[in-house]
Amino acid sequence: MKLIMAIIKPFKLDEVREALSGLGVQGMTVTEVKGYGRQKGHTEIYRGAEYAVNFLPKLKIEIAVKSEVADAVIDAVASKAKTGQIGDGKIFVTALSHVVRIRTGETDGDAL
Amino acid sequence: MKVSMLQKISLAALASAGALILSAGSAFAADAPKIDSGDTAWMITSSALVLLMTVPGVACFYGGLVRKKNVLDTMAQSFGTTALVTVLWMVVGYSLAFKTNSDASVNQFIGDLSYLFLKPMTLTSVSGTIPESVFMFFQMTFAIITPALISGALADRMKFSAFLWFMGLWLIFVYAPIAHWVWGGGWLMTAGALDFAGGSVVHLNCGTAALVTCLVLGKRIGLGTENMAPHNLTLSVIGASLLWVGWFGFNAGSAVAANFNAGMAAAATQIATGAASLSWMFVEWLIAKKPSILGMTSGAVAGLVAITPASGFVDPTGALIIGLAAGVVCYTSSVWVKKWLGYDDALDAWGVHGVGGALGALLTGVFASNAINSAAHGWLIDGNAHQMVLQLEDVGATFVYSGIVTFIILKLIDWTIGLRVSPEVEVEGLDINLHGETVR
Repeated sequence: MKLIMAIIKPFKLDEVREALSGLGVQGMTVTEVKGYGRQKGHTEIYRGAEYAVNFLPKLKIEIAVKSEVADAVIDAVASKAKTGQIGDGKIFVTALSHVVRIRTGETDGDAL
Repeated sequence: MKVSMLQKISLAALASAGALILSAGSAFAADAPKIDSGDTAWMITSSALVLLMTVPGVACFYGGLVRKKNVLDTMAQSFGTTALVTVLWMVVGYSLAFKTNSDASVNQFIGDLSYLFLKPMTLTSVSGTIPESVFMFFQMTFAIITPALISGALADRMKFSAFLWFMGLWLIFVYAPIAHWVWGGGWLMTAGALDFAGGSVVHLNCGTAALVTCLVLGKRIGLGTENMAPHNLTLSVIGASLLWVGWFGFNAGSAVAANFNAGMAAAATQIATGAASLSWMFVEWLIAKKPSILGMTSGAVAGLVAITPASGFVDPTGALIIGLAAGVVCYTSSVWVKKWLGYDDALDAWGVHGVGGALGALLTGVFASNAINSAAHGWLIDGNAHQMVLQLEDVGATFVYSGIVTFIILKLIDWTIGLRVSPEVEVEGLDINLHGETVR
């Protein structure tokens, strides 16, 4: 099993979600986050006073999947979240050791 | 305003001359002094509109511009000033500002104490064509917003206790005398300076006090290194919009009647505000590359300020030019001059109200038209260059007196209870430390 965590541009969420549904992904978790990478920040100006905003709003999506579909999911997120501009985000993949569905007590593959 | 005060004085003179009015009036005149119901209805409405400018207008406008940790303190300043000035105006303020001192030379500068607690005011006391209770209430709302506007310069760093002392003392020792000079029969009114709704009395006056206050207090901790961006511009847009709407009570209400002058004052106010909002926006668009909503609202407030002394004296063209000038001049003072001179006028109370008020007072002399108001003889249209001298006196006297007395009041408070919160409180936030509340 793999846990796929992706940081994406907020306006790309719907496209990513539709693509993942098409792959049979049953669920995901979305969090509003702030951060920076190579895009760094931007500058806001209020009545001439400039403030550097270092952390930009992004979405973090987390998807737990069986190992055999992980590559397809990663490809889908990478292609759908891409604009080609700096600041598109990153995908982090980690091995997932154990999963429990709280309602039924099912574990691992059955719980995904 | 001035016209109505003249009417009021002449009416009082007639009344004191004996039974002249009664004999000339109708058979009903003997029962109660005559008021005009239309004027009265409009003036009660105007008073409520001007109150709307402070709470919630200024409270929201300033509240949105500060950081989240200080929004409640900033709103408490507007709300607290409203409550405090209401009581002080009833106790002593109205009497000092608007009552005629029996010593004519003293009356040039201040009223008297004959109306302490409004004791002589009865149900049927009349001021001009409206009940005196309404006139007193209308003027009270002006006395409320003027000190409340100063809070823009001292935001984020003043003790609330010191703030309340400052507001109370400032009302009595700065606002009441200057209001008396210009509207209460004092020397500037006698000389013929034109200030329809308070360009100098309200805006230059509070703006000057704001400048002095931010100089005495010093800069906020972290200015230039920390992010001090407004925490909620939505709140500020609502506040500025309420100011715009309420300002019709301020300017059109200053005719103290529902008449031609009130109508033209309302029209001039709307025209100047639109023009100023556009001119600030376009200048900012040109220089900073983006038309910000903060810029559009700031420009509108600048236009409202600048047209305040002129509304009721100028025609629509004059209003348009005053508005266009206000947007550019106040943008320059709030953005460039502030940065250049380095004072920390946190929310630009001086940059918008002080500079806009002075600009408006001077342009009133330029564009005032006898065809719009029989009390006015302006420079450009009526060829009366002397009006400019009077307007300069008005601006200069307000600036000097307000500046000096504000400085003395602040120093007295600083020596006794202290003006500024501790650095620890300032960094952590005023809301939790001074009021025990926070916005989540």
